[in-house]
Amino acid sequence: MLGGLKAIVARDLRLSMRRRGDVLNHLVFFVIVVTLFPLGVGAEPNLLRAMAPGILWVAALLAAMLSLQRLFAADFADGTLEQMLISAQPLGVIVVGKMIAHWMVSGLPLTLLAPVLGVQFDLPQAALVTLVLSLGIGTPVLSLIGGVGAALTLGVRGGGVLLALLVLPLYVPVLIFGAGAVVEVSSGMSAAPHLSLLGAFLAISCAVAPWATCAALRVAYD
Amino acid sequence: MMLEARDLACERGDLRLFSGLEFALGAGELLWVRGPNGSGKTSLLRLVAGLSRPAAGTIHWRGEDIRALAEEYARELLFVGHANAVKEEFSADENLAVSLELAGRRSSAAERAGALERLGLAARARLPSRYLSQGQKRRVALARLCLAADVPLWILDEPFAALDAHALDTVVGLVDAHLARGGAAILTTHQEVTIATRARFTIALGD
Repeated sequence: MLGGLKAIVARDLRLSMRRRGDVLNHLVFFVIVVTLFPLGVGAEPNLLRAMAPGILWVAALLAAMLSLQRLFAADFADGTLEQMLISAQPLGVIVVGKMIAHWMVSGLPLTLLAPVLGVQFDLPQAALVTLVLSLGIGTPVLSLIGGVGAALTLGVRGGGVLLALLVLPLYVPVLIFGAGAVVEVSSGMSAAPHLSLLGAFLAISCAVAPWATCAALRVAYD
Repeated sequence: MMLEARDLACERGDLRLFSGLEFALGAGELLWVRGPNGSGKTSLLRLVAGLSRPAAGTIHWRGEDIRALAEEYARELLFVGHANAVKEEFSADENLAVSLELAGRRSSAAERAGALERLGLAARARLPSRYLSQGQKRRVALARLCLAADVPLWILDEPFAALDAHALDTVVGLVDAHLARGGAAILTTHQEVTIATRARFTIALGD
């Protein structure tokens, strides 16, 4: 089963490397949005420092959401998903593999890029570390919840807007506690409660999201 | 009996495509599903593959409901649908490797090369599939038939569409050999092909 999981992750990563443009798309989006804020708001260090956690988190969330549609759409269009549904591998393993691969090309690079961009906002080092931690725990949740939305809107015309409407309410708590963790550290307090809550979100979505995604995929074909 | 359908019905939207359909398929037997466009051939094949649920009736594999068997049934089954499941970014060889992996079968490079050569794709095995023609993509999808000797049930939806005469002969030969080994096959096609088999049943839908 682990071998099957590895094969799916490797396949999806290899596919992403062949479509580098798609992957770079949302990373560039993230960089542009975050970079434009200091230019638009003006170089007021205190204001920028206060806004930084929110801006970085909102931009990361939107960038992650942009990449969601790709999760199943291509496999749906060319019939690969059909083969996955009647694969010898359990569908759950395939879905988890695809979500891991999705996080590795969306959430992970965002997490690694964020501290570099955080420097523009003059964030102190402790806040940058917390930013990486909160994104590291939070972005997998975005991929997991997003997977459910992507599966539910499969083959729906105008699915992009519907997808956003479906997943945004579930993204909001992640955003609040993710950005909140960085704010706490900036104001000299401990980020532990926020990070623990993010961890709890991750645990819940790990348990529920793959199962819900499988059910949604089966419905899409029924 | 390997495969048995009991009182099968299928609906698409409000339209009832067929109902009360029964058939049984044993080792070495071929079921040929015929009928005009839109008569429910693909729908029937998808039901049998376990991709969609029948409006009524059940399908049994070696006496057990395929719904209960789930992956156990999927392991006994090879389904080539309308869509080729060929990734444009991957080469023919990579596509074949992925589809075999999904079927739970490890393959060596030599095995894959042999299969692709049999389908006349040897010279293009490393080329990204976006440079292949429609017929060649179909051949990539069908190449795994060469490495599916141990899969007892083949379900082929229009396998011969877009194939040239030579490739058609090759695929017919593969199905022949599969039936001779004691496998079972279900297929739809609008082309007239002769497949040597002990028993051939035809279901005509849409009458």
